[in-house]
Amino acid sequence: MFHFGGASCNNCDIEILDCLTPRYDVERFGMLLVGSIRHADVLLVNGSINKKDKPRLLEIYEQAPKPVLVVAIGACGCTGGIFAEGDTFAGPVDKIIPVDAYIPGCPPKPEAILAGVVKLIGKN
Amino acid sequence: MGTTLFYFLVYPGFLFVAVIGGLLSWFDRKITARVQFRKGPPLLQPFYDFFKLLLVKETILPARGAKGLFLASPVFAVFGATMSGVFILLPLLNITSGFHGDLIVIFYLLTIPSLTYVIGALSSGNPLAAVGGSREMKLIMSYELTFLLVLAGIIIKSDQSIDLYQIIQVQQSGTPFIGSISGVLLFIVAIFCLQAKLALVPFDMPEAETEISDGIFIEYSGTPYAMIKLSKYILFFVLPAFVMALLMNGTRLEGIGILWAVLKLVAVVLLLTLIRNTNPRVKIKQAIRFFFVWMNLLAIIAIVLAIFGL
Repeated sequence: MFHFGGASCNNCDIEILDCLTPRYDVERFGMLLVGSIRHADVLLVNGSINKKDKPRLLEIYEQAPKPVLVVAIGACGCTGGIFAEGDTFAGPVDKIIPVDAYIPGCPPKPEAILAGVVKLIGKN
Repeated sequence: MGTTLFYFLVYPGFLFVAVIGGLLSWFDRKITARVQFRKGPPLLQPFYDFFKLLLVKETILPARGAKGLFLASPVFAVFGATMSGVFILLPLLNITSGFHGDLIVIFYLLTIPSLTYVIGALSSGNPLAAVGGSREMKLIMSYELTFLLVLAGIIIKSDQSIDLYQIIQVQQSGTPFIGSISGVLLFIVAIFCLQAKLALVPFDMPEAETEISDGIFIEYSGTPYAMIKLSKYILFFVLPAFVMALLMNGTRLEGIGILWAVLKLVAVVLLLTLIRNTNPRVKIKQAIRFFFVWMNLLAIIAIVLAIFGL
């Protein structure tokens, strides 16, 4: 699991961190937050992707060893949310890289994030 | 020939150490989770991780780096870990190999994984890996002398024997070395050396996940990373087993002895895990000072006490 934060309002970031805490504990499904994209199986993308973020997201995606699953988290990641009509907005995540799971919400609850990533376990 | 190959590849060699090492690494993760009031991963998680990396994931080679060396070093790491495992476990399971002086060989074999991590990191051409590699080198230099002093203490306590089988026999006919003052001191020093050798938390600055994003392993993916994981699993079993053989009476594989052997192994691993979970990462300078001044001092006191028979 590797976390890419786009131009997020930081709310989804906090909810993702919640998944690692004792109350939700994503490690009971064997998932850990890793330091390097080379070790990742799942790429979590949140926040609206603006023009500056787009090349960086593409680079991160290319650096990830395939097969890698991409999860778009939050309204901004899934559709663009309130930023969808902004000048600097560079399209929701699935216009840039293939997305395997969408977790809507502003921010999504940690339970929803867990449900989303657990649904991906069988998919590999 | 057949039995030798069996020793090296199946029991107590490659397959055995890999499986037990995987289980111990699950134990480490589970205890870590319990310490933080979490639930922890399922039992077979280390094996899922390993086979996923080995069979499914893509291997990416660094564009600017020595590709051959980058790929070869994990293989040598697994080799070093497995060979040291065989040489430690044969005497520990009361199979005499007829090889006198294996303590020296084990000492050198145990440095091979760390050295190959450094070589692999430096050949990847990643600046963060280079930082990690240089830290690992400094760490090796600081703990190796201390580890050698521990071995010297053991040799003095076992009447100048450099044969691991002989050392275990001396303990089994008398008292285990940990039952004396010098033995306790040597045990403390050995545990900290293990912590550094396994790059667990107070001394995990070569990997420093939050700081240099996995440092020496940052460029590894796919099969070579599976090899690195495997060598880590093996070392996680082999090094506590080594301490068990040196200080804690070895094992007797009959009746209640098997239970004792498992308990001793789990106790050492538990101690390592608890140290790992209750300490912050120190700076490399602090680690060098810690080993060069304090641990060496403790080891030398232990050696002096051992000479006087305490």
